[in-house]
Amino acid sequence: MHDVAIIDYNMGNLFSIDCALKFTGLNSIITNNLDEIENSKCIILPGVGAFPEAMKRLKEKKLDTAIYNFNLKKKPIVGICLGMQLLFTSSYENTATKGLGILEGEVKKFTTNKKTENHVFNVGWRKISLSKKKDEESLLKNLGEEKMYFIHSYHVSVKDKNIESSSSQFYDKKFTASIKKENIQAFQFHPEKSGKKGIEIYYSLKKYLNLLTV
Amino acid sequence: MYLRIIPKLDIKNQNLVKGVQLEGLRVLGDPKKYAENYYQDGADEIIYHDVVASLYQRNNISSLIKRTSENVFLPMLVGGGINNKKQVEEILRSGADRIFINTAALNNPKFINEIVNSFGSSTLVVSIEFVKVGSNYLCRKDFGREETNKDLISWAKEAQDRGAGELVLTSIDSDGTGKGFDLNAAELISKNIKIPFILNGGISSLEHINEVLNASNPSGLAIGSMLHYSGLDKNFSKTLLPEGNTEFIKKNKSYKNFGSLSIQDIKKSLVKKFKMEHSSHA
Repeated sequence: MHDVAIIDYNMGNLFSIDCALKFTGLNSIITNNLDEIENSKCIILPGVGAFPEAMKRLKEKKLDTAIYNFNLKKKPIVGICLGMQLLFTSSYENTATKGLGILEGEVKKFTTNKKTENHVFNVGWRKISLSKKKDEESLLKNLGEEKMYFIHSYHVSVKDKNIESSSSQFYDKKFTASIKKENIQAFQFHPEKSGKKGIEIYYSLKKYLNLLTV
Repeated sequence: MYLRIIPKLDIKNQNLVKGVQLEGLRVLGDPKKYAENYYQDGADEIIYHDVVASLYQRNNISSLIKRTSENVFLPMLVGGGINNKKQVEEILRSGADRIFINTAALNNPKFINEIVNSFGSSTLVVSIEFVKVGSNYLCRKDFGREETNKDLISWAKEAQDRGAGELVLTSIDSDGTGKGFDLNAAELISKNIKIPFILNGGISSLEHINEVLNASNPSGLAIGSMLHYSGLDKNFSKTLLPEGNTEFIKKNKSYKNFGSLSIQDIKKSLVKKFKMEHSSHA
């Protein structure tokens, strides 16, 4: 049994996430094996790339069902970047596509009238503002207004603002940088690429998972 | 405004090397060691450039990216000799976040569109290495060895229009000299290019950084010699691979053209002089 199963559907930088987990001492595995996923304490849904292709691949390998079942047991689920977006209702990337629908919200393209078309993706270090709500289980609880590394051109418009655990800004647009709802926490940025503050999130995950076994 | 400070590590046969105007490459040590130090020092990103890949038409940088990913938790931009999508996939799978291309794009500009269509603009950086010829700036390929008749600005615009997410612009004349970036080129680029761009070449002091920021608005500065020579891995000479020009590192000396500035020093200065909102990731 592993602490964390990183769901492998052949999209995204899984290797860096695995390195970050192992660095903190967590026992992790990159896998698309349904039993290994079911038997782990926590799953991470990663992802870089296009939403429709990602949904297609998840379904082909029945990974969507594995994620639903995991969620039914209220076991911890972490989404990163596209992995966060996939948890929501639907996306308008290229064509309207249904997401996993575990959380309510839509994935939309950044628009800004200030810059050229080339500019409508957000790459780089941006400050996150934490929501004021106190939550001992939040993986962000040890952080302040840190800068995190973002690389995306779509963002989630959440239906219930209460699930937003932090927000960030891209030009004049404020957007959801992370969410937390019950057993689910997800990040639009890449904690495994955000230096020592980012790694802090993985350390918090480790503490959180250790508490669960008690 | 936020300026990324990006150590640029040139790689030849698994060694960190550094030349002057892209020539006379000295072996400086194990690139992973340097990357670890830059991570501890608060770098915003790491560039790995396999500098002989294009010439030898091979790329074997993946094992280095993997080794680095184990304990360097920063965005990694990797390039050198990339000319097909399979290589891009392998590099991204090894832990890199973005890739850059130069020679392959000059040979076949449509290659830019191909990569953009498959991996997205945010994954692709086009690298342009240029020299001043009379009053013109002309692009070169194969790490400065091959001349082309492409004009810097028109090629940069073309790369932008074809969907590049960012550019890395190297002044070959400035590279490794420690005499500052070509300010005239910086100004030209700034006036003509709308996508974010990283400037590379020649920076060896806070004064150079101030000058370049007064002349242009880059998204990042790539820095090689200044950082490498400030933090030479003196122990490396004992465990040296017998490959390349290792005379310098064996002598265990420093290089007088470059002082000893850390990334922290640079960031402190940026906060003070340009009121930048800099957080250190260290």
